[in-house]
Amino acid sequence: MMVASTSPPETPKASSPAGGEPGPKRESWRDRLARWDLKGTPYLLILPFFAVFLGFGLFPLLYTGWVSLHDWHVVLGDQGFVGLANFARLLGDPNFWNALFNTLSIFLISTVPQLLAALGLAALLDRRLRGRTFWRAGVLLPNVVSVVAVALVFAQLFGRDYGVVNHVLGWVGIDPINWRSGTWASHLAISVMVMWRWTGYNALIYLAAMQSVPRELYEQAEIDGASRWRTFWAITVPSIRPTIIFTVLVSTIYGLQLFAEPQLFDPKGTAGVGGNSREFQTVTMYLYEEGVRLGDAGYGSAIAWALFLIVLVFAVFNYRLSRRIASKD
Amino acid sequence: MTPTPPVRRARPRSEDSRRGGGRPGLLVYGVLSAVAVASIFPLYWSFVVASRDNSAVAQATPPMLPGGNLFENISRVFDTVDFWLAIQNSLIVATTVAASNVFLSALAGFAFARLSFPGSRWLFVLVVGTMMVPTQLGIIPLYMLMSELGWYGRLEAVIVPALVSAFGVFWMRQACEETVPYELIEAARVDGCSVLRTFWTVALPAVRPQAAVLAMLTFMTAWNDFFWPLVVLDPNESPTVQIVLSNLASGYFTDYSLMLTGATLGVLPVVVLFILLARYIVGGVMQGAVKG
Repeated sequence: MMVASTSPPETPKASSPAGGEPGPKRESWRDRLARWDLKGTPYLLILPFFAVFLGFGLFPLLYTGWVSLHDWHVVLGDQGFVGLANFARLLGDPNFWNALFNTLSIFLISTVPQLLAALGLAALLDRRLRGRTFWRAGVLLPNVVSVVAVALVFAQLFGRDYGVVNHVLGWVGIDPINWRSGTWASHLAISVMVMWRWTGYNALIYLAAMQSVPRELYEQAEIDGASRWRTFWAITVPSIRPTIIFTVLVSTIYGLQLFAEPQLFDPKGTAGVGGNSREFQTVTMYLYEEGVRLGDAGYGSAIAWALFLIVLVFAVFNYRLSRRIASKD
Repeated sequence: MTPTPPVRRARPRSEDSRRGGGRPGLLVYGVLSAVAVASIFPLYWSFVVASRDNSAVAQATPPMLPGGNLFENISRVFDTVDFWLAIQNSLIVATTVAASNVFLSALAGFAFARLSFPGSRWLFVLVVGTMMVPTQLGIIPLYMLMSELGWYGRLEAVIVPALVSAFGVFWMRQACEETVPYELIEAARVDGCSVLRTFWTVALPAVRPQAAVLAMLTFMTAWNDFFWPLVVLDPNESPTVQIVLSNLASGYFTDYSLMLTGATLGVLPVVVLFILLARYIVGGVMQGAVKG
């Protein structure tokens, strides 16, 4: 607002026509340019962002809706309008329902423990630690590792015959588990990958929020003789409510679109469909299979829109839920 | 990297004067150490396997120490896939995306933070709102669009959609609010500086530290990107590091030393960068989270 009030350099009074004739003051070319500069340039500065977003973000998303109403093949092109036929097919497609179940299952198994662990971890990092930066960097490290590398390493760790995880489980007498064939086993293994990569990141986000909680609240609690546990739940958690809601929303949006971890957990790599009987095929993987690999753009787009709606519903639901959980009452 | 949440601004306060009933005990350090080990172990394990031959991986007791086959495995990776080309492509993509993100985000961030123009408020709300739009779901039309433009299999297809991001704009707006004083801009205007010149000579130098953090974060994100390059690039003609790595995973039999040597090579640049700049990056993630 201050900048707006910065007027272009004023024409010196002396240069205005003598005699003070009525009529518009003549603006010099320079002044006009400066005025246009101030008015127009801001829009020019924000233009690249909106151009990129409209062209490569919003337009494709909306166009997906149009494509989903057609029999459309990636190579052959538009084969005609079919209305809601793709969506009708979706409703009766067991592979889609299977993928949806897998997505929700992995999402729940990975997100709930992940965010709880991140909260606890943030509370620990919020103490007066020695070597603060070291601990923070340590928990963030997994987040900078590429998801492909994570999937490759965990695929080996979760191997049936020589995997480290089964080896360690063997110490406590648990028989080797085939992590790639059982539904629950594979969901668990994939959730571990997701948790490994994102818990520390979320912990740092929580930590940042915790550091802005007013000290007086804690001092008061201490005077009242509240335990550390009680203080955490009664003061810390409600105080960082906006942040908790934010992480829940972001985890929902990303979690429901999970792709790389399960895709690469399949021994067939990017050609796979999430296990021999699609035990861990997620909706995005199914979208990739139908829409990209098989080239059925119309059906793939229907899957994309269905997923979009599901993400939306879950985002709203989770927003309300986390508001209630994190509220002070 | 994901956008960071809008949270109340932290009040400046020495972190050492924090509450918390004295110094934490051994239990706290014990738990944190366990978390740190869990964070590092998969990377260490990847290195162990990368430095051994395949038979070592198939032992009843997994080896816990590195072996002597690292260089042999590395040369096997370079023989199996065109790793040089992949590194070159990934470098081009990540560097371009990082540079353009910093510049274009700074332009927009500066406009939102320090220029007032009709509609700026709701345009910024729109920017933040776009963070919540799952662009991944538009990949099929995006793929068609790229084919239409003749960009299939070309790096432009990966670079152009990532030239600027809502997160970057949000980030640089915060940076400008924080570090670019109105007085300086005012002075530049009085001196007859154009808006662009003011940006270039006053704002940009002031936000250099935050710009560096944004460059790092964007570089990492672009380097690690997988889904979109997988869809739009030709894995044989124009691979990126991540695509090449995913190719190592799909074969008739799983060659774990080969796979994990590739994985180690692929994460090495980013992990080294992270360790060198950990202080700033951690600070950046925290800072981005606190401001708003």
